[in-house]
Amino acid sequence: MSEIANTIFSPETAARFDHLVTIYPLKRSALVPMLLYAQDEIGYISDAVIAEIAQRIDLLELDVRNVLSYYSMLRTKPAGKYNVQVCTNISCMLRGGYEILDHCKHKLGIGHKGTTPDGVFSLEEVECIGACCWAPAIQINYDFHDDLTTEKVDVLFQMYRDGLSPNTTGKDVK
Amino acid sequence: MADVTLTVDGKKITAPAGTLLLEACKSAGIEIPAFCYYPGLSLQAACRMCVVRIEKMPKLQTACTTPVTEGMVVTSESPEIAQARKATLQLLLGNHPLDCPVCDAGGECELQDMTFKYGAADSFYAEPKNHREEQKWSPVVYFDRPRCILCYRCVRMCGEGMDVFALGIQNRGSSSVIAPNVPAQMSPDDLAHVDCEQCGMCIDACPVGALTSGTYRYKTRPWEMNHVSTICTHCGDGCKTTLGVRSTTDGSEIVRGDNRDKSGINVDFLCNKGRYAFDFANNEDRITQPLVRQPNGEMEPVSWEVALDHVGKRFRELRDTRGGKSIGVIGSNRTTNEEAYLLQKFARTVLGTNNIDHHRTADYVAFARALAGTTDRTASLNDTLTAPAIMILGGDPTIQAPATAWNIRTNVRNNRARLYIANSAEIKLRRQAKAFAHIAPFSYGALASFLAGDDSAVDALTHSGADASSFHDFRKAIRAEESLLVLLGSEFRGADLQRLLAFGKTLPNRKFALISDYVNSRGAADMGLLPDLLPGYTPLAGNTTFAEYNTPTAPGLDLLEMFEAAGSGELSALYVVGSNPISRYGVDPASLKDTFVVVQDMFLTETAALADVILPAANLYEKSGSVTNSYGDLQLVNKAGDRAGVRTDFELIVRIADKMDANMKALVPFGKGTRADMGQSRGAQSGEADRHAVWLSANNMEPKLSPFDPFAILDEIQRLVPGYNLLRLQLLSGNAQHLQPAVNANDLVQIGNRRDLVLPANDTLFTSGTLGRYSAMLSDLQHNESLRPPTGLTQIQTAAD
Ligand code: SF4
Ligand code: SF4
Ligand code: SF4
Ligand code: FES
Ligand code: FES
Repeated sequence: MSEIANTIFSPETAARFDHLVTIYPLKRSALVPMLLYAQDEIGYISDAVIAEIAQRIDLLELDVRNVLSYYSMLRTKPAGKYNVQVCTNISCMLRGGYEILDHCKHKLGIGHKGTTPDGVFSLEEVECIGACCWAPAIQINYDFHDDLTTEKVDVLFQMYRDGLSPNTTGKDVK
Repeated sequence: MADVTLTVDGKKITAPAGTLLLEACKSAGIEIPAFCYYPGLSLQAACRMCVVRIEKMPKLQTACTTPVTEGMVVTSESPEIAQARKATLQLLLGNHPLDCPVCDAGGECELQDMTFKYGAADSFYAEPKNHREEQKWSPVVYFDRPRCILCYRCVRMCGEGMDVFALGIQNRGSSSVIAPNVPAQMSPDDLAHVDCEQCGMCIDACPVGALTSGTYRYKTRPWEMNHVSTICTHCGDGCKTTLGVRSTTDGSEIVRGDNRDKSGINVDFLCNKGRYAFDFANNEDRITQPLVRQPNGEMEPVSWEVALDHVGKRFRELRDTRGGKSIGVIGSNRTTNEEAYLLQKFARTVLGTNNIDHHRTADYVAFARALAGTTDRTASLNDTLTAPAIMILGGDPTIQAPATAWNIRTNVRNNRARLYIANSAEIKLRRQAKAFAHIAPFSYGALASFLAGDDSAVDALTHSGADASSFHDFRKAIRAEESLLVLLGSEFRGADLQRLLAFGKTLPNRKFALISDYVNSRGAADMGLLPDLLPGYTPLAGNTTFAEYNTPTAPGLDLLEMFEAAGSGELSALYVVGSNPISRYGVDPASLKDTFVVVQDMFLTETAALADVILPAANLYEKSGSVTNSYGDLQLVNKAGDRAGVRTDFELIVRIADKMDANMKALVPFGKGTRADMGQSRGAQSGEADRHAVWLSANNMEPKLSPFDPFAILDEIQRLVPGYNLLRLQLLSGNAQHLQPAVNANDLVQIGNRRDLVLPANDTLFTSGTLGRYSAMLSDLQHNESLRPPTGLTQIQTAAD
């Protein structure tokens, strides 16, 4: 049972949130984890998410927005089904990260933070994702794809489009 | 705390241990630039302007966060420091548009001053500036993002200072931006807004021109105005507000209200009314010509001479034929003490009547009489800032007396003052309270009894939300306080008030204040705008102080009785000065049809509409004199604005008296002593009066050589009114002084038998009686409030310490 009547979250997430507020000395410390889990479930941080989280941890909605806007990994607009995050930080840059990014832009017809009209892909340029050893790397939702070339990217996109998740560990964000 | 000695720039200075270095330097006259530091708010150390070199510490240190320690050696200015500050400024200017020539803050801007001082006008940054369009957050708060230097003063001011938390900071790094609490996507007009108290404190605190005020923006430059410190007319706190005035073709217009030198009793506070609601003075609808009703029933403009002649003649006629008792006088909550005093003196000595009253917003008679014979039992507004424990019974200072609420919040935050509140409503200040006793509606009488020790009264206080034990705990906690400041709302009147005070004064270290609604509500009562009491709450019968008045000793009619008398044809004339009883008391206009009504006012109010003669009056911002706030703090009012065609109430009373052939010297003791003689022409004291006159005019006053000089009446107030033994210099130098009513305990007045005529104004944050209706800004703010359903955004619970 959720602590909040009419929660917008699934029973599992609501239960998780009920627990989260109990494990910190201050309720509001649960803010950032809550935002992340909420984004995983809803797809983005909507006004309704903000309202419910504020209510759960006794903050003003303004406070939630203040924190939320600080983190570039939290978004306030829906992303595509597959959110392509291209790293252009040092190692990837040296190994062709920008070519990969340009290729993605061209291929998907969208820019940084854009979403394809069919809602399948969205694109983001991101900082180091911790896969430097196999640069250049991208992350699609929570899956890594490394040691890339533009050809490999094309194959990847086709597989996602066909509904074949290339990694066995694959998990859709939505 | 013990003092420590430190060296700054080779100069030895001492300060209490724990003082911030920046404050210690300020006290010693050493200025350290600071953008983000604001006294009394939490420390931010965001701007790095205050860096200084402290021996034995690595790197430059921020003076705004470093407490002084014994033997500290500090350099506050050196080439290294100048270079650091210059670099900081270049960074701050990275996104800044440098539009000083059109910016409101130009000439008063801390960033401008510092850029000028450190010569950081050139920038090494070639990146395009991060521009955003200006935003209108509310009718009074505008935000120009590019000018913002992200000092967070506004955020802390609104959150900590105002307890509103309407402002936040969003994004990160150079794209950080101050954000209001209603984001664009949640607003009906798709623009971001603030849902807040609209106090303008954020604008006041902003060191640059990023936050600007709706009333003043782009109107003028600071150096093109004259700045006149006077007292806000809107509530009983009586804040000092500095009005910026500019000449116009028909007088001088007030363009700005602000807290320019922070030297007043309100220290750094002003609410929206003190800051913006001066604009009634510039209202186009003001009456600027005397109007007299013609035989055909129409009001026609006439010359002053004709109007005053008519009034004087009629008043004299009616007094002589139907007796003074047939004439009624109603005074104002917003005129000066001198005017109020003069009005009652005119009523009592010239019209020969005790039928004089005013719109009472708190029962000061019961207050003064209950505290008769005591000293040091009344609180000053200043005390709310320092008292270790405060109790508020009734009232809602956040709305009725915003400066009081500000002081209390500051005191709780910075001095850990303990606040106790008992109220039938969940007022906002309970968020700062240590204990909140939520009493049942209409149980203030029972509360008075209960606090005074009557346990049986507790039943009347309890309701489903609060049981008897909560009230016992509350009483125990306040009884345990060694000293306590008790603020009373206007709910306490008559016998209830007397019972509470009678008990309170038996306990040591209890001080009291009674909160009323307008700038001179207290002064009006102190000055004797009452049918049964002379100035200083002196009884009519058997007093010697006012023997020279020679007044009838029977009490006159009170405000409501006057209208009753009018209805039955017994009131021959009614003289209303700056009051709108017809609307405030819901009087039937028809009751005045047989009464000769003279109204002095700025506007055609419901009362003025019934008048036979309307005399256009100046408002508080257009005259000099003194006013007394709810607490009994006396302050000086200075003339700021001016409007051709209007006259002060003081002058009008004098002129009417003159037209009635009254003895002017007896009414206004002007020209005493020196007469028109400007001093001895020879001898040691030659020219003394001249020198006196020079000094007076240097202080914006005229020598009391004319019957229109309110200070001639102030002399009399000082001489006759018990408790008004004021210090002239204190008053004239613009400082507040606390006065206590000095009522003789032996004078018998039955408080319990007096009629309860207190009618609280019930103003909101955005209304101010009849006068407020003529302020465009207050109307805008009311409209702004009505656009949004109450979001509850500003009513969050925060943990009180
Ligand atoms: S006007 Fe007052 S209440 Fe509104 S945002 Fe500014 S400081 Fe806060
Ligand atoms: S708006 Fe003004 S007070 Fe607020 S952070 Fe910017 S510069 Fe500071
Ligand atoms: S608190 Fe009262 S006196 Fe002060 S500015 Fe506001 S209305 Fe005027
Ligand atoms: S730089 Fe791209 S993964 Fe580290
Ligand atoms: S004033 Fe010290 S860092 Fe801003």
